[in-house]
Parts: sequence; structure tokens; C-alpha cells
Amino acid sequence: MRAQAKLGLVLLLTPLLLWLTLLIFIPHVDMLLVSLRERVSAGVYRTSLANYWAFLSEPLYLRTFMRTAVMSTLATVITLLIGFPVSYYIAKIARGRVQSALFLLCLVPFWVSELVRTFGWMILLRETGIISNLLQFLGLVEGPVEMLYNDAAIMVGLVYTSMLFMVVPLVTTLQTLPDEVVEAGYDLGGNSFSVLREIIIPHATPGIVSGCIVVFMLSLGNYLTPIMLGGKDSLWFTELIYSQFIVRFNWELGAAFGFMLLLLSSAIVWGMLKLTGQSLERTVG
Amino acid sequence: MTGVVLNNVVKRFGEVQVIHGVDLEIDDGEFCVFVGPSGCGKSTLLRMVAGLEETTEGTILIGERDVTRMDPSERGVAMVFQTYALYPHMTVAENMGFGLKMTGHPKDTINSKVAEASRILKLDPYLDRRPKALSGGQRQRVAIGRAIVRGPEVFLFDEPLSNLDAELRVEMRVEIARLHREIGATMIYVTHDQTEAMTLANKIVVLRSGRIEQVGKPMELYSDPDNKFVGGFIGSPAMNFLNGTTAGGHVSVPGLKQDLALPLNLQEDGRKVSVGLRPEHLEIDPAGDTLTVELTEALGGVSYAHLVTPTGETLIVEERGDVRTEAGARVGLTIPLEKAYLFDADTELRIR
Ligand SMILES: Nc1ncnc2c1ncn2[C@@H]1O[C@H](COP(=O)(O)OP(=O)(O)O)[C@@H](O)[C@H]1O
Ligand SMILES: [Mg+2]
Repeated sequence: MRAQAKLGLVLLLTPLLLWLTLLIFIPHVDMLLVSLRERVSAGVYRTSLANYWAFLSEPLYLRTFMRTAVMSTLATVITLLIGFPVSYYIAKIARGRVQSALFLLCLVPFWVSELVRTFGWMILLRETGIISNLLQFLGLVEGPVEMLYNDAAIMVGLVYTSMLFMVVPLVTTLQTLPDEVVEAGYDLGGNSFSVLREIIIPHATPGIVSGCIVVFMLSLGNYLTPIMLGGKDSLWFTELIYSQFIVRFNWELGAAFGFMLLLLSSAIVWGMLKLTGQSLERTVG
Repeated sequence: MTGVVLNNVVKRFGEVQVIHGVDLEIDDGEFCVFVGPSGCGKSTLLRMVAGLEETTEGTILIGERDVTRMDPSERGVAMVFQTYALYPHMTVAENMGFGLKMTGHPKDTINSKVAEASRILKLDPYLDRRPKALSGGQRQRVAIGRAIVRGPEVFLFDEPLSNLDAELRVEMRVEIARLHREIGATMIYVTHDQTEAMTLANKIVVLRSGRIEQVGKPMELYSDPDNKFVGGFIGSPAMNFLNGTTAGGHVSVPGLKQDLALPLNLQEDGRKVSVGLRPEHLEIDPAGDTLTVELTEALGGVSYAHLVTPTGETLIVEERGDVRTEAGARVGLTIPLEKAYLFDADTELRIR
């Protein structure tokens, strides 16, 4: 009986383990090995930290890396600031049909592909786009305005793409907050601000943390949005990785970049969990 | 003086009217219980006093202050919720001190108030625990302690015992009564359980569908109900009702095949009435044969005989001691006429 149960467990876990090993573990180990390889001459390699040294010594690489990190953090914060009131409304104020309708509305952007979604923003924001025309029509501006190809446009795109991943965990945690707990806060002498700070936010912390982690990782690893909405000066780190792998065939440096990105996201996630006293199991599970 | 006065209070949720013009005076230091069936508006009325629901019409005074439009925090009330509403991320001590912390009191004051409340409620051993690590009764005590620490003029309880098991409920009921004696503050207590109402209250307010049916001391409501609803609601097991008609100053009750000469001055003949008989006032007469015993429930000290009349109405009779009529027996009933209540069948008002 016990042996049978064990066999069942093994069979159940096999696809997952296979998937983890083949698609996550092996490629990453391989990537680490590749990144530690230095090309001496054609076909001759030796192990060294040269690729990481190249990353650190080239200002463009380092700057893009930092910029991507900062912009992703900013996108996460903005998504949280917009997503929190929206989620609170969906979870605690809207009732019945309105509630499900609003929740669905957050899903709507995902009915079209990422490419089309991003293209939609281009239609709105470009020089001859809808917003520019509208502003001219209203007489608010003289000539056409270009709102694309800058950091603000990237930010808009990132926040838009990430919103759902912030709203879902937030709504889920806020829905478990009993109304009486909030009411008791007012009854005990709290005002809207202190009830938010002392009761609602502590309750929602697991949702905030998991939403932020997901949004941050998605932004960091985003490729299409920064390319399509950003200008020629607004490089994203994923673009560097892409160009090393695909354009320059410099897999060693590309792998080192990839590893840096992995380290960065792990570090930030770890820091976020430590800062809020959450554990990964509690946040994800 | 911190009594509570409601003047023609009305509550509407959109189109739906839930409270229909309630007038009520609760004196300083009184233990007032709102009782009524589920959905009658007890919680809504209490929440209006607390300031958690807006008052649509009418005014609410607490200690002669008009608080109708005030925020909950300004009213000098503290509420204890059915679900306790404790903060899971705070310890027991932090939960209890939370109200004072929010209103900016110094740490020393908070600590001494929390210590005092935890002494009254015997919570000292649990001060550092989280609510999760407490039993239901302990959680409810923390919720009460949190209200005490606030030092309110009026305590509000919304069915505080209904999430507890029967044994604990009795224990906490005694505890709340003791608390009221010790603190002496005005308390308003909502329950659907008439036993809680009878044992705790100085004043019971019976509500039905958003209207007050009767206000009075527990024993007044028991012995002198104004209408059929109050008669049926107060007392356990509930009052029995039998249909009848007035005839020649008597009440003819087909279910008993009997004319009852109630000590009332009944002028009108042919009036449809309802005769109210409490189970504890009736006695089974083994010599009779009008009624059939359907079943008996023996509870030890007392047993309840369920009887069926020839007209298909049912009656419960309380038997004390070792007397216990067997199911299936045919029996009669001895009715103390001065303890029978008469209600109009249509208006349900008491005929005195
Ligand atoms: N927020 C609300 N919106 C609409 N109707 C409500 C709301 N709260 C309560 N009600 C209605 O008011 C009536 C009284 O409710 P409540 O005061 O909770 O009853 P009780 O506490 O006596 O069981 C019920 O019919 C309930 O459906
Ligand atoms: Mg209720």
C-alpha cells in the first residue's frame, strides 16, 4: 500500500520534475558554464570571469542594467499605487455583478496578444495618433505632439501590461478582510488614513508582496514594450541580451548578462520579502 | 448622564426600508437588549447607534448629545462584534490597546488600561499571544477587553455569543452580566436568543420587521405581552396558540371542545381570537380524552409532551418531576384561566 502510494507520487511528480529539470535547471546551469567561458581563439576556450568583467567595465552595459532595474521598480510602484484603490473597490465596495464585471475588465487587455496591445498604445501616443489629434482639435497644443519613444511611454506600457498581475493577488487578499475588522477600526477611533495604515495594509501585505514580485519580474524581463514604445536612447537590458545572443553571436557575454538579470531579480525579491517579513511560501501559497 | 435616545429613527438601504420609525429611551447604566428574529433589523439599529450605518431619518442622542451625523470615533461608544473582528497581526495586548494607540495616548496610559482590562477579563496569561492561538471564548474576551480599554460611555454588543458553543455561551453570559455590574456603563446588546435577553436585560426591546413590538422589563414581557408576537417570542418553549371565537362572554375553543370562561369582559360575540397558553402553565389531565399525545421529550427535570387537538393544532405541555405521559395516550388538559392570554386573531393585539 505504502509502496503504491509512493509510486503514485513519483508518477504524479514526474512531469513537473522533468519540466523543471529540462527547461529551467539544465539551461541555467549551462548558461552559468557558458558565461564563465572565455574565447581565446577559434574553438579554444578557458574558464574565467572575463565576461563579467566586460559587463562591469562597459558603462553602457552597467547603465542599462541599472536603468532597467530602476524603471522596473518604478513601474512596480506605480502599478501598486493605481492597482490598490482599484482592487479595494473591486474587493470591498463593488457588489455582485458589478464586482465580477470589473474584475473581468482587468482581463480584457489579455484577450489580444502582447504585440497588438502594445501597438494599440502606439496608435494612441504617436505624433499622428488619436491623443495628439485630440489635443490639437481642442486647441490645447499648436502642432502635433510626439508622445512615443520616451521613458514615459515605456512606463505607461509596462504599467498597463502588469496591472492584472497586481490586481489579482490584491483582490484575493482584500476579499479575505472581514468588513467588521475595518469597521472595528473606525469604532476604535481610527480615521480613514489610520485604518488604511494599521489594518488594511497589514492585512493586504502578502498580496502586495506577491503582486510586486510578479510585476517587477515581468517588467524586468519585458522585451516587446520597451522596444516598441521606447526611443533609441531608452535601452532595456533584455535588448542587450538579445543583441549579444542573436546579433553578435557572443553567447558567452549574453549568458553573463542573463545571469546578472537573474541575480538582480532574485536579490530584489529576497529583499522585498525580508523587508516585509514575509516568507516565499506564505506569499505564493 | 449617558443614556441613549432614539427619536423616530428610520433606515433605508436604497429603496428598501429596514427600520420604520423607532422611538426608544435607554437610561444611564441600563442593560438594554434588542431581541427579535433574524433579519428584523437589530444589527442595523445597533450599527446606527455606533455610527457604522448612516441614519436616514430621525435623531440619535447619546448622553444628551445629538450624534446622528457624527463619526463612530466621536460618539463615545465601543462595539463588540459577533465575529470578534480582532487584528490577526497584533498580539492580544496590542489588540486591546489599539483604540488608545489610534487616538494618540501615551504608552504608559495604554499599558495600565490594558493591564486593568486583562485583570477584569482574566486575560493576563495570553497578552503576548496572537488571536489565532486563542479559543473562541478567549477571543471574545479580548474583543470585550478592547472595548473596555476604550472606556466608552456606551457598550454595544452584536450577538457576541452566537459563535460560541452552548456551554461557553452560558459562561460568557454570566461574565457579561458581571462585567455590567462591575463597570456600570450603559450597554446595548443584540441577540436573537430570548434566553440571553431574559437573563441579561434590565430592559428588553422586542423588534419585528424594523418596528418595536414592545419594550419592558424581562418579566413584564413574559407575564404581560402586548401582542401575539411578543407572547410567542418570549418564553421557552414558546407559548401555544389555539383558535377560538367569543360567544356569550366566553371563548369557545374547538380544539379543546371546551368553552373557556376567561376573566375578561368580552362584549362582542363571534369575534375570532387566539388563545395563548404557556407550556409551563398547563397540566395534563389523564382522565380526559380530547387530545392525543404525539411524543414526549424527557430532559431530566422536566419533560415536554407534544399534544395534537382534534382540529389538528399542536400544543406543548411541560411536565415536572417523574410524571411523564406516554406517547399515544389520550388525555385532557387543565387550564388555569387567569394565566391564559387572549389575542385578536386579525390584529394580533392582546385583548385585556
Ligand atoms: N447593507 C445592506 N444593504 C441592503 N440591505 C441590508 C443591508 N444590511 C442589512 N440589510 C437588510 O436589512 C434587514 C435587517 O438586517 P439586520 O439588521 O442585519 O438584521 P438582524 O441583525 O436583526 O438579523 C435585512 O432584511 C437585511 O437584508
Ligand atoms: Mg444581526
